Amino acid sequence: MTGGELESLVRMANQIAANFSFHADPAERIADHFTRFWAPSMRKMLIAHEAAGGEGLQPEVREALGKLPPT
Amino acid sequence: MSELIRLEPYRPQADLGTPAARVAGDAVRVEIDGRGIEVPAGTSVLRAAALAGVDIPKLCATDALEAFGSCRVCLVEIEGRKGYPASCTTSVEEGMVVRTRSAPLDRLRRNVVELYVSDHPLDCDSCPSDGDCELQDVAAGLGVTASRYGMDGANHQGVASDESNPYFSFDPSMCIVCYRCVRACEEVQGTYALTVSGRGFDSEVSASQDQPFMDSECVSCGACVDACPTTALNEKTVIEQGVPDSFQLTTCAYCGVGCAFRAELRDGEVVRMTPWKDGKANEGHACVKGRFAWGYATHTDRITRPMIRDAIDEPWREVGWEEAIAFTARRIREIQAEHGPNSVGGITSSRCTNEETYLVQKLVRAAFGNNNVDTCARVCHSPTGYGLKTTLGESAGTQAFSSVDKADVIMVIGANPTDAHPVFASRLKQRLREGARLIVVDPRRIELVDGPHVRAQHHLPLLPGSNVAFANAMAHVVIAEGLEDAEFIRARCEEPAYGQWREFILREENSPEATAAVTGVPAGTLRAAARLYAEAPNAAIYYGLGVSEHSQGSTMVMAIANLAMATGNLGREGVGVNPLRGQNNVQGSCDMGSFPHELPGYRHISDPAVRDLFEQAWGVSLQPDPGLRIPNMFHGAISGHFKALYCQGEDLAQSDPNTQHVEHALRSLECLIVQDLFLNETARFAHVFLPGSSFLEKNGTFTNAERRISPVRKVLEPLAGCEDWQVTQLLSNALGYPMDYEHPAEIMAEIARLTPTFTGVTYEKLDRLGSIQWPCNEAAPEGTPTMHVDEFVRGKGYFAITGFVPTDERTTRRYPLLLTTGRILSQYNVGAQTRRTANSEWVDQDLLEMHPHDAEQRGVADGDWVGVESRAGDTVLRAVVTERVQPGVVYTTFHFPLTGANVVTTENSDWATNCPEYKVTAVQVTRVTQPSEWQRHYGAFTEQQEELLERARATGRRDP
Repeated sequence: MTGGELESLVRMANQIAANFSFHADPAERIADHFTRFWAPSMRKMLIAHEAAGGEGLQPEVREALGKLPPT
Repeated sequence: MSELIRLEPYRPQADLGTPAARVAGDAVRVEIDGRGIEVPAGTSVLRAAALAGVDIPKLCATDALEAFGSCRVCLVEIEGRKGYPASCTTSVEEGMVVRTRSAPLDRLRRNVVELYVSDHPLDCDSCPSDGDCELQDVAAGLGVTASRYGMDGANHQGVASDESNPYFSFDPSMCIVCYRCVRACEEVQGTYALTVSGRGFDSEVSASQDQPFMDSECVSCGACVDACPTTALNEKTVIEQGVPDSFQLTTCAYCGVGCAFRAELRDGEVVRMTPWKDGKANEGHACVKGRFAWGYATHTDRITRPMIRDAIDEPWREVGWEEAIAFTARRIREIQAEHGPNSVGGITSSRCTNEETYLVQKLVRAAFGNNNVDTCARVCHSPTGYGLKTTLGESAGTQAFSSVDKADVIMVIGANPTDAHPVFASRLKQRLREGARLIVVDPRRIELVDGPHVRAQHHLPLLPGSNVAFANAMAHVVIAEGLEDAEFIRARCEEPAYGQWREFILREENSPEATAAVTGVPAGTLRAAARLYAEAPNAAIYYGLGVSEHSQGSTMVMAIANLAMATGNLGREGVGVNPLRGQNNVQGSCDMGSFPHELPGYRHISDPAVRDLFEQAWGVSLQPDPGLRIPNMFHGAISGHFKALYCQGEDLAQSDPNTQHVEHALRSLECLIVQDLFLNETARFAHVFLPGSSFLEKNGTFTNAERRISPVRKVLEPLAGCEDWQVTQLLSNALGYPMDYEHPAEIMAEIARLTPTFTGVTYEKLDRLGSIQWPCNEAAPEGTPTMHVDEFVRGKGYFAITGFVPTDERTTRRYPLLLTTGRILSQYNVGAQTRRTANSEWVDQDLLEMHPHDAEQRGVADGDWVGVESRAGDTVLRAVVTERVQPGVVYTTFHFPLTGANVVTTENSDWATNCPEYKVTAVQVTRVTQPSEWQRHYGAFTEQQEELLERARATGRRDP
């Protein structure tokens, strides 16, 4: 039953990536944004999705997820 | 259990006769009736006398208005001058000797008053204003009890009273044609609805073209009623209940202007709300909402007993507070035991006080043990918090409202102040009439574009969704044409961020020629607007939800801050970046730590030092990570890991986007606790209803859009027995986390102890100063009207790169129009308050504005029912065909639940904060004959819920 939720998280993450794409270091900024504003449960869900192939995630998001501290 | 009500005996507000000198000159010494006084040059003799404690009788003069000199009652004698000059229109001069009482003066004044009362009978005993009338006082002071001229000549007695306005009546037979109402409508409100028609004896006050007030251009702000020295313009409540016997100062519960009012009572009931002249946010002005629309507080729809039920298709059970609180606490703990500590959360309200929101977030963090707390500012101004914190270092507007008096160019972006912030709009219009120039950036032609005696130099009708492209183009022109304030940037802003931004903004894609295709604004117009803004000595930006409620809301706020920094328009009066907040306590609810990632004072929850401070004070350990935001809570509820929500004073089901998704989420909760005045749309999905208290029934503080903390003072006992903070406290205690505040002052003391920007705030100081703009601390003991004066709160200003990322919401063949949303003057937000007042006599439904071209293509005529369909849902409402909107854009409001404007809005949201994109939805509009499917379902569900409520009330009546 997490389809809608995951879909929404993927969309949010890609949107964050698009808005940091004008910077030289988008992955760092995306990771920082996740840490500062996302609940750990949301990060966990996205990390699990990434581990399962990360369908639909922009490359910068996937890179950013790798930079997150463990939750 | 709540504190006693404290009221002052009634007295009219002090009136010095004329306003302070506009440009105060050097001190001038004068002698009035033997009393010496020093006043600034430019002061009137009337005002100087009042300051010296000498009361000169007057009728057409009031310090709310410029001197007029028509009534000839305030005459004086001045040594060395001939005749009897009017003291209101005579300025003081050095060494002037004034006599205000003499036999000739008395004779002249008595004669004038006798002429007045020859057409205004002194039947004071039977008059509703007996005891609160300036004409009565002046006549009594002069010993006039009758008129030598009698009432036999031609007169205006017997002329019918105009009762068309629901809140005040106009009785021409009581009018003395002093022009105070006409001048108030012009000078204070700026609507120019009133005039005096005819000459001489035929002179009569008339609204618009001699129309009833309700049919005229009158906006019912009440300024004329305040100005009237007789009973000619009078509140109907005063006529029905009598003149007040007591009053207390308090703060309006409507928009983010946060007007100060005197709640005036008689026999313990509110008779009227009068704007307080010393209130710094409004300086004696008000609007139709705050001034008149307070009757909801005693509306029969108020729920005054707690109610519980196990499932939402069961009838409500009215119970005592103890049972309701015990039930709630048990359900929360059961759910946490089964689904984990993070399966519950809370929502604070921008309509509740600072103390109440502080307490709810404390309850969530300390008693629930997680950070799942959010606030309705999520759906309005969360991008302001993010954007201003990132660029300037503080999540708040930079100025006091009075700063606009010094602005030379004013740019209003995505805001409609005459409707949504009317009292600030009046101040803004005053400045425009003094010659300041105006740029309006809005898809619609709002009133300021071309209103009475105000006109925008430039109206930039952007296409919805193109804000960032516009703001970048403005900054591009500033830099490309060398209009930036290089010295300000060098001294005050951070490198290398500025250099990087400069390189970015100069790119061709940000030029007005390149952005014109996206914004719809011709490059020439945009360049002219940019030059006007950049070249002004003082340029100020005011913005509203048209900036924040977009998928790029946070980017746009940063782009606005960039523009202000690049032109050096920060850190002094007359300039700045000013968010106009929707609800009265948006600023306060954000300040109080309502966001899941921030503790009070905008300090991140991950900061160990800050967390340690609160852990010590609260005696708990806090989770170090952010909790869920409202949209995340909804998804969590539908997914099944978020199960219970405590929602204070917010109507999620009506105000949040994509109604069907919200309803799905609310239905998925195992325990929804709603605390509100009314059984609102959200409460229909609730398991616990905790009755709230209106602003008249509690103590606390609100913080307005200019960071002004103003007291809310109790004038009525809470109908349900508890103030809202007390309910939160009861719940906390039942959950096993003790709270024992005796008064909101103690809560504020705790806030002040823990929050560096509030350390100097106390209730005692609020009583003394009237209000305080934070930061208020050792560095600024009386508060801070202007922020970022010598340096930014973050040190150096940060130019954020603001690339334009278009929204995914685009027009297609299926959805060819862009729907944008807004507010109207007479209704407020979800309408829970204003719909329960006579304000609905102005507008009683949401309407869809569409351009004649779009209407014609669809065969839609003015007043037709039209269906509005988006990819989220569809609804039906009536069309208004108007050129106020541009072709391709349609517009509506969201004040009425049955309209379901949010059935149509989508889940799109701001990339940084998840603030919903209310301002851009691709839709199709068609002519229809019946309500939408959602509306039919909604109607049936509403009927069912009302029946369940009625059953509870019937049981309650049988078994009290």
